[in-house]
Amino acid sequence: MKHSLTHLKELEAESIFVIRETFAQFNKPAILFSGGKDSIVLTHLAKKAFWPAKIPFPLVHVDTGHNFPETIDFRDKLVKELGVNLVVGSVQKSIDEGKVAEERGLNATRNRLQIATLLETIESNQYDACMGGARRDEEKARAKERFFSHRDEFGQWDPKNQRPELWNLFNGLKHYGENFRIFPISNWTEMDIWQYILLENIELPNLYFSHMRKCFVRNGTILSANNYQELKESEEVREMQIRFRTMGDITITGAVESDADTLEKIIGEVAAARNTERGGRADDQRSETAMEDRKKEGYF
Amino acid sequence: MSDKNYLDRDLLRFTTAGSVDDGKSTLIGRLLYDSKSIFEDQLTSVENTSKSKGLEHIDFSLLTDGLKDEREQGITIDVAYRYFSTPKRKFIIADTPGHIQYTRNMITGASTANLALILVDARHGVIEQTKRHSFIASLLQIKHIVVCVNKMDLVDYTQDAYDKIVDEYEDFSSKLDVEDIRFIPISALKGDNVVDRGENMVWYQGSTLLHTLENIHISSDRNMIDCRFPVQTVIRPHKEEFHDFRGYAGRIESGIFKVGDEVAVLPSGFTSKVKEIYCDEEEFQEAFPPMSVTLTLEDDIDISRGDMIVRPHNQAKQSQDIDFMMCWMGNEPFNPSKKYTVLHTTNKVRCIVKEVRYKVDINTLHRMEEDKAIRMNDIARVRIRTTKPLYIDPYTKNRLTGSIILVDEGSNNTVAAGMII
Repeated sequence: MKHSLTHLKELEAESIFVIRETFAQFNKPAILFSGGKDSIVLTHLAKKAFWPAKIPFPLVHVDTGHNFPETIDFRDKLVKELGVNLVVGSVQKSIDEGKVAEERGLNATRNRLQIATLLETIESNQYDACMGGARRDEEKARAKERFFSHRDEFGQWDPKNQRPELWNLFNGLKHYGENFRIFPISNWTEMDIWQYILLENIELPNLYFSHMRKCFVRNGTILSANNYQELKESEEVREMQIRFRTMGDITITGAVESDADTLEKIIGEVAAARNTERGGRADDQRSETAMEDRKKEGYF
Repeated sequence: MSDKNYLDRDLLRFTTAGSVDDGKSTLIGRLLYDSKSIFEDQLTSVENTSKSKGLEHIDFSLLTDGLKDEREQGITIDVAYRYFSTPKRKFIIADTPGHIQYTRNMITGASTANLALILVDARHGVIEQTKRHSFIASLLQIKHIVVCVNKMDLVDYTQDAYDKIVDEYEDFSSKLDVEDIRFIPISALKGDNVVDRGENMVWYQGSTLLHTLENIHISSDRNMIDCRFPVQTVIRPHKEEFHDFRGYAGRIESGIFKVGDEVAVLPSGFTSKVKEIYCDEEEFQEAFPPMSVTLTLEDDIDISRGDMIVRPHNQAKQSQDIDFMMCWMGNEPFNPSKKYTVLHTTNKVRCIVKEVRYKVDINTLHRMEEDKAIRMNDIARVRIRTTKPLYIDPYTKNRLTGSIILVDEGSNNTVAAGMII
């Protein structure tokens, strides 16, 4: 027998190790579940890490109220299959309670508002470690993120004062009131995720596959027609054959025109892609350091 | 890249270190660009920023310097991880700054690396920084060093210039503990011998850099002899169908565990046999590093996190006295009269400092027995005593059971890395 692992199996082993460390080192961990492929893969890895026991922590979903309906259906089905708890933090509720104010204008989104709801959900449930599906290859500010990312009592990230991370020794020690964000799939790339989904035959929301959808184009980005955004005069809704490469709010998630309706075709498309998957994300395009700024405040 | 063969691909982690001028960013940029791992939107963003800074060329360091402060100051202040892949391998680059004040970042990047890529400017030859990187690679037991003699275009691609540097380096590296050192003359800027050979150095018969990275043999670098399985957590499903299931979850750090193997558990010393090996529902007949698995044993033994499963005739040493090479990483100086928390495998204990034996000048490798004040980035040989025994191996034999970190009990920050002697 050959005693070496493929890159996917080595990444899998590393992620399972990190998920188990999180469980062992913290009192009340949780998975931040967005409904996107990365958090679906993370959940799949958590299932593997504890089999035949159930995943020993809840899935937390920050619901902006601007979701794709398909995301919510998929989430509910997955939670039922796995027999895990689902905890929903509602941005609408934060708005109704006057904790955050809705952005105004044509490009208004609820992306930034999520931060307050997320932090409140973490605090009220006393989660001390929240696992997320962020990857270092996604965005330049994330390239320097640790597996175990320390947050102060306000949930803030201090990129210049991060703990060094050596070998497989993860330091989750903290003071009362502080918490950690944990990123078990830090070392995976978009391609790794897709290949692993194919290898493991992981089910995904159908939004990732080519389908016909009513769309409009804004600033070069194809957006799904929705009830939350008004069209400008120059914009029109038309039926297009598209799929999504990432999953976020319906108001900001850009689609690509595509006929890739199988995992194999998607992998072919990803291999040939000349733009990053976040290239279609209006939230990252606001400024050069948009992601870093949001992360410092407590974004995923 | 057609990805039919993705199942045969393995993973190589390498570390680079360098200062602003030695062409490291250019080299990484070229590897990413030539392997098509840079996307158009990233390239456009870097081109725009380069132009707005008044540069004539594309500044690839803008790709790797992720934080606002870094881009403003034009320096790398942290370890940045970069990814690229070819049909043969996936690569993870731990890109670290090379200045002496960032020794701790270099050590962090080196701790998980299979290979160290060291850049030498063909005009300047072996300098202090070259020696420092090489010493760290050796201290961290990286098995392979690839020395790239860069900027060959600026010395007219002459073999003499290259040979002189190779001699100079070999003279110094004979003092190091590294099995495999290779040399490649390159020009990162022009691309010679990076991905393609080019025509400027026909006198060079060896492989290009990418070919070397793709083909270097790493699977035998892991310790396949000494079975070490630190238990992370115990899995009890509390389900009807797995009523009596009691599994020990962890990662094989070294050695090969097989179903039926006799094993011993530290610290209790009880013995049993491996009954089953699982990862998820999949059952295995054997498990090897770095697999994450769940083991079940034939006998019911009380085992919890922090225990280690080994073979009866090949056990880790149980000791409360730990002698190690320490790299200090804390902002505050090392204080030998303080107590520190020690993390080792899945164990957490406290320690007191017994002795600082000497400090090492990482440029000359000289021992300094007089000056024992330890500040950030200093490397020293230290002895501690822990509250409970740890199950240790020498770092030279086992990177994962031979390494520790020290945590400050006030701030909870990781303040030191240690390689057990």
